[in-house]
Amino acid sequence: MTTQPEITAAGLPGMSASHRNLFLLLLAIVAVAPFLAYPLLVIKVLCFGLFALSLNLMLGNLGLLSFGHAAYFGLSSYAAAHAAKVWGFTPEFALGFAVLVAVVTGAVFGALCVRRQGIYFAMVTLAFAQMIYFFSLQAPFTGGEDGIQNVPRGALFGLFSLQSDMALYALVAVVFFVAVLALYRITWSPFGQVLRAIRDNEPRAISLGYRVDRYKWTVFVLAAGFAGLAGGLKAISFQLASLTDVYWGMSGEVVLMVMIGGMATFFGPLIGALLVIWMQNELAAFGAWVTIVQGLVFMACILVFRKGLLGTIADRLGLKV
Amino acid sequence: MLIFGIPLQLLSTQILLGLINGAFYAILSLGLAIIFGLLNIVNFAHGAFYMMGAFGALLMLDHFAMNYWLALLVVPLTIGLLGCVIERLILRRIYDLDHLYGMILTFGMGLVIVGLFRNQYGATGLPYSMPAALQGGYNLGFMFLPASRAFVILASVAVCLVTWLVIEKTRLGSWLRAATEKPELTEAFGINVPLLITLTYGFGVALAGFAGVLAAPIYSVNPMMGSDLIIVVFAVVVIGGMGSISGAILTGFMLGLVEGVTKVFWPQASTTVIFVIMAIVLLIRPAGLFGKQA
Repeated sequence: MTTQPEITAAGLPGMSASHRNLFLLLLAIVAVAPFLAYPLLVIKVLCFGLFALSLNLMLGNLGLLSFGHAAYFGLSSYAAAHAAKVWGFTPEFALGFAVLVAVVTGAVFGALCVRRQGIYFAMVTLAFAQMIYFFSLQAPFTGGEDGIQNVPRGALFGLFSLQSDMALYALVAVVFFVAVLALYRITWSPFGQVLRAIRDNEPRAISLGYRVDRYKWTVFVLAAGFAGLAGGLKAISFQLASLTDVYWGMSGEVVLMVMIGGMATFFGPLIGALLVIWMQNELAAFGAWVTIVQGLVFMACILVFRKGLLGTIADRLGLKV
Repeated sequence: MLIFGIPLQLLSTQILLGLINGAFYAILSLGLAIIFGLLNIVNFAHGAFYMMGAFGALLMLDHFAMNYWLALLVVPLTIGLLGCVIERLILRRIYDLDHLYGMILTFGMGLVIVGLFRNQYGATGLPYSMPAALQGGYNLGFMFLPASRAFVILASVAVCLVTWLVIEKTRLGSWLRAATEKPELTEAFGINVPLLITLTYGFGVALAGFAGVLAAPIYSVNPMMGSDLIIVVFAVVVIGGMGSISGAILTGFMLGLVEGVTKVFWPQASTTVIFVIMAIVLLIRPAGLFGKQA
């Protein structure tokens, strides 16, 4: 599944040369993209890319599929929107609050979810996400069917206005890049190695003395936190938090992003997010065709294309991504 | 007459509505359990097949003037047949993979089916006219029992009972149970396990289709009708544990009842109560009420 980077002399995994180049490439793309495409569209890709990476932190390393990841994304987008609009938080505090909400929710539900494995884990995460959806439908502060609209973008630290799309883009790009580096670091830390040991042989990891459930729970909380960051960024950027963000359709979409990109790769989910959003844009005018095409792509991913786009390319070229 | 300060009529009406929901939970989770037992696939498309059942009844009535009773037989059979074809052409390819792939594959399949119906019939509900025999109802003294609702409960209990009897008491059922436990060994005894798998999937989705036909006269028929329902059924399955057939049926009815009662005492919580119960069950009995402890 996930390939291993070179191990440095200190015995800790360091960033291999090819990965460093990939990060430089990513940095270049993020820097150039807003001049080539509509900045808000690129922001959308970055938000969903981060969201997909957070899902794959759990799926790729632990082999646990959360089919309810939208819960944390959506709840945090409500949190950020509410904090910015009603409490008048500046963007950085609104984002911080969003992450806090996701982490706390993830800590509670994660403790319950890690009690089941495999297919049951997927069902349980989905069921709890649906519970959060029903909660969001009824809770007074979410605005029900309307959602929270006209969320102010505000001024970063109270100083730098985010009104212009480019200023906003700069913030999103920096947060995105730092978050991706953090996710990369977690993935290739000793902690990440233990996760893959659990994925590959759980009884052995237990017999080696690892508290497996605690590791699973920690990853769950981390994944929820990064999903929350993505949701908060999305709410501030698009000035909207709505039921779509907590619905199971969103959970399915992010699974699709990971599958398309390749769940055994670190960078794959980013490509998946790009493709899914591009597809939605192209098909936006055709109503339910978006759903049909997404469903077909899902089936194709499972039946003929299980390694995903980046996974397949990397295999052909003998690269580790 | 008041019970805990609630008028008896309100209470009994909600209990009845709860039982009807429970009837659907029971049939759907029964189908899921049978399919999972033999195929190791969590059939995410189950909600889509349920929706197809309701649309099937509607279309049969509109185009062929087929009455409800005939539809109750023909539509599930057709859907079952479709299920067999799907199993042969698609699902068969992924049995050697991780169970998660089956869930994702059927999720995609469900999206395609629901999307096609939405393209054709839009997202709004279509009405299905109640068959004459189910109009009216019975006055029980403390409440009015509509015939249509009584029929749903009776029909689902009957179907669940027959399914349970077939699986537990017949030769075919014993093959099925054997193949669930040890497929290779069962095959060595000369039983055609691949065929059994095909028929099981067909039967499982036919049950979903049957539930859909039952739902057509009492709920509005729309392409999304199965999508939210199936997630609640997943919670029901987690609560019951997928190990036992009778467990799936009992859990289904029980949770419908709990939901109905909650609606009386705390309406806002009625949509989430099942998930709360799931959380409690995960805490004290992770394998589910009727599941085998791992």
